[in-house]
Parts: sequence; structure tokens; C-alpha cells
Amino acid sequence: MSPRLAKALVNGLLIGSTLVAVFPLLWMLSVSFMRPGEASALPPPLLPTHATLANYHELFERAGMGRYLLNSLGVSSAITLLSLAFNLMAGYAFAKLRFSGRERLFQVLLGGLVIPAQVAMLPLFLLLKYLGLVNSYAAVVVPAMATIFGIFLVRQYARGIPDDLMEAARIDGAGELRIFVQIVLPLLKPIMVTLAIFTFLTAWNDFMWPLIALTGQEHYTLPIALASLSREHVQDSELMMAGSVVTVLPVLVLFLALQRYYLQGLLLGSVKG
Amino acid sequence: MNPQRAAWLFLAPALLVLGLFFLLPVIAALALSLTDYDLYALADIRDLRFVALGNYWELLHRPLFWSALGHTLYFVLVGVPLSIVASLGAALLLNSPLARCKPLFRTALFAPVVTTVVAVAVIWRYLFNTKYGLANYALGGLGIHPVDWLGDPRWAMPTIILFAVWKNFGYNMIIFLAALQAIPADLYEAARIDGASPLRQFRHITLPMLGPTLLMVGILTVSGYFQLFAEPFVMTEGGPLQSTTSVLYLMYEEGFKWWNLGSASAVAFLLFLIMFAVTAVMLRVARRGGEA
Repeated sequence: MSPRLAKALVNGLLIGSTLVAVFPLLWMLSVSFMRPGEASALPPPLLPTHATLANYHELFERAGMGRYLLNSLGVSSAITLLSLAFNLMAGYAFAKLRFSGRERLFQVLLGGLVIPAQVAMLPLFLLLKYLGLVNSYAAVVVPAMATIFGIFLVRQYARGIPDDLMEAARIDGAGELRIFVQIVLPLLKPIMVTLAIFTFLTAWNDFMWPLIALTGQEHYTLPIALASLSREHVQDSELMMAGSVVTVLPVLVLFLALQRYYLQGLLLGSVKG
Repeated sequence: MNPQRAAWLFLAPALLVLGLFFLLPVIAALALSLTDYDLYALADIRDLRFVALGNYWELLHRPLFWSALGHTLYFVLVGVPLSIVASLGAALLLNSPLARCKPLFRTALFAPVVTTVVAVAVIWRYLFNTKYGLANYALGGLGIHPVDWLGDPRWAMPTIILFAVWKNFGYNMIIFLAALQAIPADLYEAARIDGASPLRQFRHITLPMLGPTLLMVGILTVSGYFQLFAEPFVMTEGGPLQSTTSVLYLMYEEGFKWWNLGSASAVAFLLFLIMFAVTAVMLRVARRGGEA
């Protein structure tokens, strides 16, 4: 094969697969601006004849999309902040503080990674029901406040911090909390960004647990609201595409802005195998 | 403050959350699966009875459990190899020295991974609409009759598999890409000097060097695909004719639609056991392959 042909082949295949990957998303965006009923025609139109915001208007005015958007933002932010704090503290302790049984405890935690989260869901529901938390934001936030994966990620990263830094501060009489906040946290900044974006995206996209824990519409996050809307509005493709845009766009933008950190976390997390 | 105490204070919040909201429920799930916990027990705990392995026994005699397991295995056995081939193919293209604009292609190919399953599943439902969907329109252009993608029991699962491959291949692509970049260039150099064709280079250098990565990606993807739930929930509601009811879908319906929490817990544990066994077998086969 001649070099020029090979080059054309490689780049042609890349363009082709990129089109397949991105086309559904572009189509969603385009249809979301179509008038109701416009997309249900033959041949299926690719672009709106008269772009309109009517679907978005309908979603936010009548379907309560604004509320779901705020729910998603609030729940995902709360999970991100709380789990970041807890995972950072625990990961740092596993990496840098000496206590008896440290390695064994960490092994037990890692062992927990093989248990699928769904096994815990039924008793968790009963537990939250007993605590009176079912159908509250807390039902989604509280169980996500710490993750084994997050602790693992922080530990791997924190092990690279030289012990001398902490020893010197201890000799100067600094307390453990102060060492953590003033010396360790600034050094953990890159992994903090990585873990934060990872956690936020996971929380935003999460479906099964919020579906179980949030029984009333007023607490729905976007995926749950979208799933329930799509069962009511089977025929309204334009409206549903606008709903999908509202759900997908925030995470897509966040990913594009911070993709370096996200991909780094993906690679760090996969070394555990 | 002594360091021991400091360490435990740093650990306490995370361990408390994991212990109370993960470890405890997992143990409780095992206990729950040995009871007949249902709507009556939910109302009054005194209606609860211990049934030992009764739930498991009953499940193993229920055709719906076996068909749900069959559909899940279908999804795993077809979906995982397809996903891995797509990921590896895309990674090889991105790693080729001939490729242009690599960062742009990489970002675009990865985009479906960060999207919300529910939202993109809704998109696919319309793209694969029998009457107005673009998929059938494109096939019509090739002279192929319209397919009832999500309404035909034979086609619903293949459509969901196609969707899952599209949604997920970017994740493993990034892992493969990093592994490909870690292969020393002089290996290929030496092979080229010996006159090895690109295909032979792939077979004798790339694949063996990717071995450990392939195993890890395989195991992670298999466990991920065993947890099939949101896709059928949104695209088909488990139908048509329950042809896309997965094990987790069964657990959800059993537990949160019919409130048979005891038997639903048994479903969850059986799924866990099956996943565990499959992973163990994969590790074992890989180890034996590594020795040979």
C-alpha cells in the first residue's frame, strides 16, 4: 500500500468513526430546535426549517425542567463537595499516616470494589426509609458521600508526597489538621480536580439509585425526570430532544473544559487491575 | 494528638459512610435474601418469615429468571467483544503516525462516554424509530426493508447492544491508547527491518504487549455490562415480550414494583455470584494463557 493511500485510509476511517460518535448528539441538538411534529416526516429532516425555542420554552414553563435542573445541580454539587472532603481525608490517612492494621484495612476496602452497588440497594432503601430519608435529596447524597474508588485514587497520588515535609512541620509543632490543610491539600490539587469532575459527572448521570430513592417528582434529578417524561411524551421527539440537550449539555461542557484532568483520572483509576 | 488517633479521625467520616451505607446493606442483603420480606412485612415487620434458601430455590425454577439471565449473557457475550474491538480499532487509528488532528478526534470519539445514558438512549429511540427513524431511512436508501428495531423481540437486544457499544467504546479506547503509547518504538523498528508486515507486527508485537491491558479492560467491561439496566428501562421497558429484561431489570421490578424485597435480594446475590465466577474464570484462563 502506498503511503498516501494508507494516510487517506487512516484519516478517512477516523473521520467516519467520529461522525458515528458525534452524529446522534448533533442530531439531538438540531431536532431540539424544530417545531413540534417537524421531525416526524419522510425523509427525516436534518435541520429545522425555522429554528424555534418553543420546545425549551415548553419544558421550562410547563414540564418543570428548571426545577429538575436545579435538583441535579444541587445534588451533584453536594455529593462532589462532601465526597471530595471525606475521600481526601481517608486517602491521605491510608497513604501517609501510620496506624496499626492500615494495610489490612485497605485490602478489605479494595475487596469491596468487586461487590456491585446494586446488591446494597434493597436494604439501603429500607434503611433510609427507617431514617425517614426516602424521597429527599439526602437519600441520594448521603450514600455517595464516600467512595472506595475515590479513596484509592487519593491514596495512590498522596503516596508521592515526601514524608520530610510533614515531619518538618510536626517538629515545628504543627497539629495534624493544620498539616493536612496547609501542606498536604495544596499538593493534592491536581487529584482534587480530577476526582471532583469524575464525581460530579458520575452523580449527574446516575440513574438507578435516584430512580429508587426519589419517589416524588419534586425531587427528581434530570435523568429520572427525562425517563418519566419520555414515557408520557412518546411521540414528541422535538420536546424530548430539547430535554436531552438540557440533560447532556452541562456535563459535556464540563468535560470539554476539564478533559485533561478527566482522562488522567480514567487512566489512574484503571491501573488498579 | 498522637498520630494513631489523628489517623482514625481522618478515616472516620469515610469509613462511617461506607460502613453504614454500603457494608451494612450488603450484609443485610444476604440476610434479606433468606426471608420472605414483602409488602406485608414492609407494613408490619412481624409478618417476616425466615425461608432459608427458599427464594433461591424458587428463582432457579422460574423461567423469567433464566430468560433474564439469558438476555444478560447475550448482552455480555456479544456486547463486550464488539465494544473491545471498537475501542481497540479506534485506539489503533488514533495511535497511527499517519493520523492528523489527533486531539480533536480523540475528544469527539470520547464524547458519548460522558453523556447521560437516559438522554442518549432517548435519542437512539428516535433514530431507530420504525417509521421516521434515520436508521431505517438510510437502510431504505440501500433497498433494505424497514426493521422494527425496538419493537421486534429479535432486534431489540441487538439494537441495545449497538447503543451500548456506541456509548462506551471511548472509555476503553483511552486506556488502550495509553497502553499502545507505552510499547517501545524500537520493537516495531526491529520488526520493520526484518521485513514484518503491519499485520504481523500487530499480531506478534502489539497484541502480546497489550495482554495485561486486554485482560483488565475485559474484566471491567464484563462486570459493567452485567449491570445492564438503564438502557432497557428507557428504550424498551424490558420488552418486547420481555426480550430485553435483564437480571437487574428483574431485580428492580421484583423489589420496587412488586415489593418482594426478599426475592429481589436473592436476584442481586445470584448476579453477584455469577459476576464473581465469570471474573475468576477470566483471570484463571488468562494466567494459564500467560504460562503457555
